[in-house]
Amino acid sequence: MTEQSSSKSEVPLIVEMRGIVKRFPGVLANDHVDFKLLHGEIHGLLGENGAGKSTLMNVLAGLYRQEAGTIFVNGEPKVFSSPRDAIQAGIGMVHQHFMLVPSQTVTENILLGLDDPRFFLRLPEYDAKVAALGERFGLKVDPRAKIWQLSVGEQQRVEILKMLYRGVDVLIMDEPTAVLAPQEIEGLFVTLRAMIAQGKSVIFISHKLQEVSAIADRVSVLRRGVCTASGVPSKGVSRQELARLMVGREVVFSIDKKPSNPQGVVLEVNDIYAENDKGLPALRGVSLNVRAGEIVGVAGVAGNGQSEISQVISGMRQCKQGQVLLNGDKVSNRNTLFGIQHGMAYVPEDRTHVGSAPNLSITDNVIMKNYRKPPISHNGLLDMKAATRLANELKTAYDIIVPSVSTPVRLLSGGNLQRVILAREISGLPAFMVAVQPTRGLDVGAIEGVQRLLLAQREAGAAVLLISEELEELLSLSDRIYVIYEGKIMGEVKVEGGETDEGLVDVIGQMMTGTPLDQIQKEGAVAQ
Amino acid sequence: MDFTIILQAGIASGTVLLFATIGELFAERSGVMNLGVEGMMLIGAMSAFSTTIATGNPWLGVIVAMLFAGLISQIHAFIVITLQADQVVSGLSLTFLGVGISLVLGEGLSKAGTVSLLPNFSIPLLTLIPIIGKIFFTNQSILVYFGYLLVPLSWYYINRTRPGLHLRAVGEYPSATDALGINVFRMRYFYVFVGGMLAGLAGATISLAVSPGWFSELTTGGQGWIAIGLVIFAQWDPIRAAVGAYAFGALRRLILDIQGPLVLFGLANPFYYNPYLGFFLQMLPYLFTVVVLVIGSREAMRKRIGAPAALGNPYIRGERGK
Repeated sequence: MTEQSSSKSEVPLIVEMRGIVKRFPGVLANDHVDFKLLHGEIHGLLGENGAGKSTLMNVLAGLYRQEAGTIFVNGEPKVFSSPRDAIQAGIGMVHQHFMLVPSQTVTENILLGLDDPRFFLRLPEYDAKVAALGERFGLKVDPRAKIWQLSVGEQQRVEILKMLYRGVDVLIMDEPTAVLAPQEIEGLFVTLRAMIAQGKSVIFISHKLQEVSAIADRVSVLRRGVCTASGVPSKGVSRQELARLMVGREVVFSIDKKPSNPQGVVLEVNDIYAENDKGLPALRGVSLNVRAGEIVGVAGVAGNGQSEISQVISGMRQCKQGQVLLNGDKVSNRNTLFGIQHGMAYVPEDRTHVGSAPNLSITDNVIMKNYRKPPISHNGLLDMKAATRLANELKTAYDIIVPSVSTPVRLLSGGNLQRVILAREISGLPAFMVAVQPTRGLDVGAIEGVQRLLLAQREAGAAVLLISEELEELLSLSDRIYVIYEGKIMGEVKVEGGETDEGLVDVIGQMMTGTPLDQIQKEGAVAQ
Repeated sequence: MDFTIILQAGIASGTVLLFATIGELFAERSGVMNLGVEGMMLIGAMSAFSTTIATGNPWLGVIVAMLFAGLISQIHAFIVITLQADQVVSGLSLTFLGVGISLVLGEGLSKAGTVSLLPNFSIPLLTLIPIIGKIFFTNQSILVYFGYLLVPLSWYYINRTRPGLHLRAVGEYPSATDALGINVFRMRYFYVFVGGMLAGLAGATISLAVSPGWFSELTTGGQGWIAIGLVIFAQWDPIRAAVGAYAFGALRRLILDIQGPLVLFGLANPFYYNPYLGFFLQMLPYLFTVVVLVIGSREAMRKRIGAPAALGNPYIRGERGK
């Protein structure tokens, strides 16, 4: 890609990283990576989880120290021993997990660590400054609001403001869209463009191809710590090509799905009412069913009762009214063990705390459901040899990439962890599986793997309830889709052949915003 | 019984709790719980008294008390901040250490006789205010007046200054503070030291002002534990801490004084004739401490009452995979 940098030589390089090497115990996270950022561009940094994107940028932001290689800012070599040094050189990073003190106000968070209010805080004065800065970059947020009162999108704006207030010229955004709703993503893009217009430069780390092609001027791709593309103009490269650079093989975007052949009803949810953690009604008369050999999707905007449905079904939450039947046995308001013994598999939303025990090994995690019976235990004693054998078999079968099954699962990447959970759930040969957001936060290769496993379950004759906020995923995997809005089912649609149908998406979209299906059909009939 | 006199003495006795509570409040705001308050107070009381006997200067006694208790607190700081050990275990051992040291070094002090005490005085004009003037501003120790100043100053420092902002942040979200270039370790050491100094001052207040003398471990009589309970009751706010400290000081006096008279409100005083009732009354403040500690240790309740989020957790820098 040398010809590009020379042809664009009139645009000055603001950051250049040369031959960066960074190791973690057992992992070579960055292997002689070069990276060039032009002044006034949005540079997409693509790569699967664990490809070394965040590591590279943490080096640039002064959080990690590289073992080899040099960083140049405006042509001068720099050594950063702390994030403070990097900020002083004009480079700031917004991390995926926000670093904000929840009990303090927006302004207090922004002033934290600065020398400017020497002793007395004089907050009103600084509130005005923060408000003015927000105005300039289109980052609207109330300076006096406490962080815990703000939405995730607003908190992200505070993080950006924190960096802008420190006068950075280069803003590194680590997976900024992972936590945002679709409308908020649009807002973020507007902000980033406003920053470019005012002479800032942005590095946009993501594993989502669509987003990078939508926002970035140029793209660099990392794969397993190696740079596979450096500064390619995003206009001139196809999604397929980028995906190949990321995962090293062609990714099939449309998943082949055999025609559905549903059998009898396995799961029946009858008129469920339940409350959320705060004691407010979350489910108001939800009924649905899932038959053997089909995947049924539940679509909806986040927080409309999806988590509560999965919890009531799996036995993790009590319902006030109604019941859940699994092959005719009542499983609701009983303990989770009853469900497990009757063939229920559960892939929860929270992989790290509900789906797995982070500090335990892969072996311990995969036997969590079948440790009560042979071959894992005999007469109440665990047979660790058998357990390790099982774990190793699953490791091979499910393509879990780790040096050893004794590794604590907290050290696994999202995709590997999800494969551990799926391996455990599927190996019990469940009659029914409920999967909540099974591909959230995973990279392209891992998403495909998880989706294939779900389809394999369908082919094996299991009933699968797939709760997801990714409409595309629901459309490509499901045979039927229920749409939920404020704890009520708005309607049910059939998905024919798995292809995306404009009309279908429109109907689902209307239901997701609260219009029941029969009303849509009535209006449709009137219009005709 | 003259209640204004009881309250007047109660304010003096509450000043002891006030210093200890505010000190612990600073340490806890930075994220370090120090259960060694009782031990540090004893060290303070003992060293204040013995220094004053040796030199005849009570001010020197106060200074030595604060430095000695502050020094002892740094043992706890080293164990929980640098070595990242459990704060509860280390704090409890600090109490035993403090009790031990003060008993050994204070051996024979109880027979040392009287010493020159810190001055008591009244504030002109303010004494003229009915009731309040009598309770708060008449013939009180200079330390009591210092306590009046400490409360608003602490509140202002925590809520309205830059170092206070950093203090709040360190106790809430140390890794965010660290990322912005604030030295979490140094700040925690410092505020544990402040807590130790104020606990030492609380001890000195007992032995040089409120109930002068050295009565081995009975000198503090468990007030350090009440201070720890008061921090939770105060929801980590200096002003509420002052209300709690003075209320408990008054209660302490009331419990002592109520056992004195033969007749109470025209009836035979049950507390005089039945000493067991008196013991029961003396137990009440500690019962309160237990209840408050139980409430304060419940996760959901802690969030609701605004405990510093990082309280009790060692800060470990740059842990990968978090």
